[in-house]
Amino acid sequence: MAVDPLIELRNVNKYYGELHVLRDIDLTVGKGEVVVVIGPSGSGKSTLCRTINRLETIESGTITLDGRPLPAEGKALARLRAEVGMVFQSFNLFAHKTVLQNVSLAQVKVRRRRQEEADRRSRELLDRVGLLNQAGKYPAQLSGGQQQRVAIARALAMEPKAMLFDEPTSALDPEMINEVLEVMRQLAREGMTMVVVTHEMGFARASANRVVFMADGRIVEDRSPDEFFTHPRSDRAKDFLSKILKH
Amino acid sequence: MNVLTDNFSDYGAGFLGTLELTVYASLLALALGFLMASFRVAPVGSLRIFGTVWVAVLRNTPLTLLFFAVLLGLPRFGLVLPFEVFAVLALGCYTSAFICEALRSGINTVPRGQGEAARSLGMTFGQTLSLVVLPQAFRSVIPPVGSTLIALAKNSAIAGAFSVTELLGTYKTLNELGYSIIWTFVWIAVGYLVITLAISAVFHALERRWGVAR
Repeated sequence: MAVDPLIELRNVNKYYGELHVLRDIDLTVGKGEVVVVIGPSGSGKSTLCRTINRLETIESGTITLDGRPLPAEGKALARLRAEVGMVFQSFNLFAHKTVLQNVSLAQVKVRRRRQEEADRRSRELLDRVGLLNQAGKYPAQLSGGQQQRVAIARALAMEPKAMLFDEPTSALDPEMINEVLEVMRQLAREGMTMVVVTHEMGFARASANRVVFMADGRIVEDRSPDEFFTHPRSDRAKDFLSKILKH
Repeated sequence: MNVLTDNFSDYGAGFLGTLELTVYASLLALALGFLMASFRVAPVGSLRIFGTVWVAVLRNTPLTLLFFAVLLGLPRFGLVLPFEVFAVLALGCYTSAFICEALRSGINTVPRGQGEAARSLGMTFGQTLSLVVLPQAFRSVIPPVGSTLIALAKNSAIAGAFSVTELLGTYKTLNELGYSIIWTFVWIAVGYLVITLAISAVFHALERRWGVAR
């Protein structure tokens, strides 16, 4: 499957004090692959996602991106983060900047593009997520779903090699979830490498190449969505699925 | 009543002295406070320690003691400067500790996610702080920084005890000349009010301009 690995985690361990939140994690994400991470809350799935661009540090193990190990600090780490887009549960749009400025800022300051060029590209991306007409507004004036689509455009503006989604729809009203998922489905179809932490089982079934099921800081299953949803192997996964698929 | 008109040049010199001390020390305090606040939230441990020690020492030393330390201490190490400059140094460094803490409390009001988003886009620590966090922190620190600078203006009176020309010090001359002590002090108080109310007005305007545009 993963012929050309882009993200590789080997033997990754992380602790919050006494709490062992990631236990011997091995995970490979190939180029163009969409990996959906699911699991009960507290299973470490968000932490896993955040270690990939080192928003969380790890105690042991290695993480490589496109063959290069993650730098620990400083400019090298910043350069690498620019290659990996991240979308947060709480959107995290810059509150003091307009929608257009949000998408353009890092293009100018990190990618060193000229302002007009950055703004032109920002408008293209905003058009793609259906929000060009909101370019002059501030984040607080948008709905949650709109903010999250801007956040995706902001991450895409850096032309990342991979995108990390940390529960991108968990803070949204139900009727706004689909507009965000639609953008993500489109990205998946275009061949973007994606790691998606989510509770949206529909998205996992339809768009994922692999489903990674986590519990208590371990990866319990790592299989195709069809196999996972129809024939989960572990009791832990069976129990989890029975709880979430019933309602 | 005629204490002001008779001694206008004395009052004027004192007023200008206090004004100069306030302006220069404020600029120094803002610059150093900004730097120390950056240090205190920096990812580098030694910078954080430096910032913490800076604040602990300067904030907890009585200002008069600090004046003694600067005016009598630094010349011993061969650093001889005009008393006015020493006074600006003492006042500016002292106040920078308070500015630093006001800025830091402002930084703490900015949600964590803002900095994380900036870092995840590849911004360096400096860019994250200057482009994303501080502009948002700035809005909530306008009132406390204003208060701190008003305190600085009044604290500058201590410089008078070290033969720097400033407003409060004018009372000695006028008292010796036999003017009413009450009226002497009334006009000194008015001088301070002019400066502190001007600072209030500037910060009020800043708050109107920046404080609510969320």
